[in-house]
Amino acid sequence: MLELKNVVRRVGAQTHIYETSLALRPGGFNILLGTTLAGKTTLMQLMAGLVQPSAGQVWFGGRDVTGVPVQKRKVSMVFQQFINYPNLSVYENIASPLRVARMQEAEVRSRVGHIAEMLQLSPFLQRRPAALSGGQQQRTALARALAKDADLVLLDEPLANLDYKLREGLREELPRLFADRSCTVVYATSDPGEALLLGGYTATVHEGRVTQYGPNGSVYREPVDLATARVFSDPPINMAQVMKNGQCIRLSERVSWSAEGKLRDLPDGEYTIGLRPHHVLPAPGKGGGVQVDCKVLIAEISGSESVVHFDLGGMTWVSLSHGVHVFKVGQSARFELDVAHCLYFASGGTRVAG
Amino acid sequence: MAKIRLEQLRHSYLAKPAREADWALKQVDLQWNDGGAYALLGPSGCGKTTLLNIVSGLLRPTTGRIRFGDEDVTDSPPDRRNIAQVFQFPVVYDTMSVYDNLAFPLRNRGVPEAQVDSRVREIAALLDLEAMLPQRAAGLTADGKQKISLGRGLVRSDVNVIMFDEPLTVIDPHLKWRLRSQLKELHQRIGMTMIYVTHDQTEAMTFADRVVVMHEGTVVQVGTPVELFERPRHTFVGHFIGSPGMNILPCEVEHGVARFAGLPVPTFNSSSGAAAGSRTEIGVRPEFVRFADQGIPVRVVRVADAGRHQIVETRHGDAVIRVLLDEHDPVPQYQAHLGFDPAFTHLYVDGWLAGEAP
Repeated sequence: MLELKNVVRRVGAQTHIYETSLALRPGGFNILLGTTLAGKTTLMQLMAGLVQPSAGQVWFGGRDVTGVPVQKRKVSMVFQQFINYPNLSVYENIASPLRVARMQEAEVRSRVGHIAEMLQLSPFLQRRPAALSGGQQQRTALARALAKDADLVLLDEPLANLDYKLREGLREELPRLFADRSCTVVYATSDPGEALLLGGYTATVHEGRVTQYGPNGSVYREPVDLATARVFSDPPINMAQVMKNGQCIRLSERVSWSAEGKLRDLPDGEYTIGLRPHHVLPAPGKGGGVQVDCKVLIAEISGSESVVHFDLGGMTWVSLSHGVHVFKVGQSARFELDVAHCLYFASGGTRVAG
Repeated sequence: MAKIRLEQLRHSYLAKPAREADWALKQVDLQWNDGGAYALLGPSGCGKTTLLNIVSGLLRPTTGRIRFGDEDVTDSPPDRRNIAQVFQFPVVYDTMSVYDNLAFPLRNRGVPEAQVDSRVREIAALLDLEAMLPQRAAGLTADGKQKISLGRGLVRSDVNVIMFDEPLTVIDPHLKWRLRSQLKELHQRIGMTMIYVTHDQTEAMTFADRVVVMHEGTVVQVGTPVELFERPRHTFVGHFIGSPGMNILPCEVEHGVARFAGLPVPTFNSSSGAAAGSRTEIGVRPEFVRFADQGIPVRVVRVADAGRHQIVETRHGDAVIRVLLDEHDPVPQYQAHLGFDPAFTHLYVDGWLAGEAP
């Protein structure tokens, strides 16, 4: 199993990773979720031994491997910018790590065949990478990483350059592929939806720090802080300041609701709330929420869902609902905030309720 | 600005196309109205980039004509067509200021400086770039640079159409929402014809009033996002649009009624006379499948948590049927039965909506 112990990474005067400890679930599918430049790639480079920590240690399988170069570890990697051997056929590209491991020819053939089948590369095995589309080249790089018997597989946004539908299929296939292997997989993505669908465990990364690590669904539904909630929301989570005063939570002069359950124990004062767009529905909504009147800024219909941006007291809110709800830009409309799903954050950003 | 018409376009990259597969574009007839927001949607290799290059004049079609209004532009070079293009990767001069980047297309055409200035400021205001005007482009983020690319497309007042080629690919998801909605807002404000080329259904569907879906060199459907979702003309559209896509199940047809798993399945359309030997399928989106007390017996195989909803994978024999449930809906375990909403269950013959083959 892989563990980062108080790892720091500095480059010159800049800190890329602030002190981070992270013990990945052994043999599991782990996701690093964060925006571009959050530090995902640096974390992977540290895990692989491609770069060394400025402080702290990297442990693997109960051993301190800090300073052990990548060549001496059983690591395989795929990056967003794929790399293949241009002068080898697709077949030989995929087989190359197996050749290095001196695997029997018959086994090479069966393993390459199986992986090529899964990644829909079988018709192209005899071609050179340059004769393939970008997506096919990326799948070749992916196939090579999967062919190799590695203890640690690092996938850095491997599907980012692929077609939407292909991505959808591989997103389902990848976790299955590793299900019966003992290796630890780390998968970096900036797409919250992808993180959820891949399943497994997620570490949210924000500005050089891991903010939370846990089972996907619980990080998504119970983020420890504001940064995590923002990283793990697509479309972006709605946020606003509220005032708690006794039993009343007040969003604006006209909009308030009563503090229920655990909320009653919160000290009075100002909080930030987060409410995901699918909990903001065109009125009447599901009932039981708080109705707000607003002005529509933008309305988008994706066929299956409607997205409406509206102005609420000078803040832009987003509603995401099933089905077709037609709104005109500039019209007045009423939405229901399902406040039972509100997350409450204290001034420092820590989630205190919801 | 003008209406754009594509008439009987065919294109092959080969000198002597012989087989049907030699054609990158098999036959395209399309009309884009002035001021519309369109998307050209399809997987890589479907011909959408070929079509885009034909419209912009980078490529001359093997056969067929392109008209802008009354003018036949088939043989006009790109610079005579007055088209603005925004590419996947931002095209920005790093050493220039944001202002000079925006001014570039105008100065290039010898527009008087006073006019350049007023136009640049107008576009900068539109895109919320005013504060950045004196800044050097080199220091900007990816979405900032892409906004400048966009601004350079918009700055000319003489363009017929502005075309976007996968403009948000390099943008992070949370910024995509913002940029896309800004683009949409922009279209509503300036009313210029926009054509948005993408393989991403969400981008196509949320941006466009009408979406052109391409598959293997042909246009399989042109429709509003709602039409494409509710009434896919071809199983490819059903599969490609929607996430997850439409469930497509092989079926028998008896007396015009579809049968699956030995049970009659009521459908929106019917097949009056599917020729013997043709492939018949039922298409129903996961949104229109529900768990029921009786109906098609299935095993529940897997539940994926997609945040705002759950995707439940069930199987009847080898056939996979996906069901979409809300975030907190209960999911039956092991064995269950499924019912389809007949208003949104379709019968397809050889891939085409029964009765609608071209």
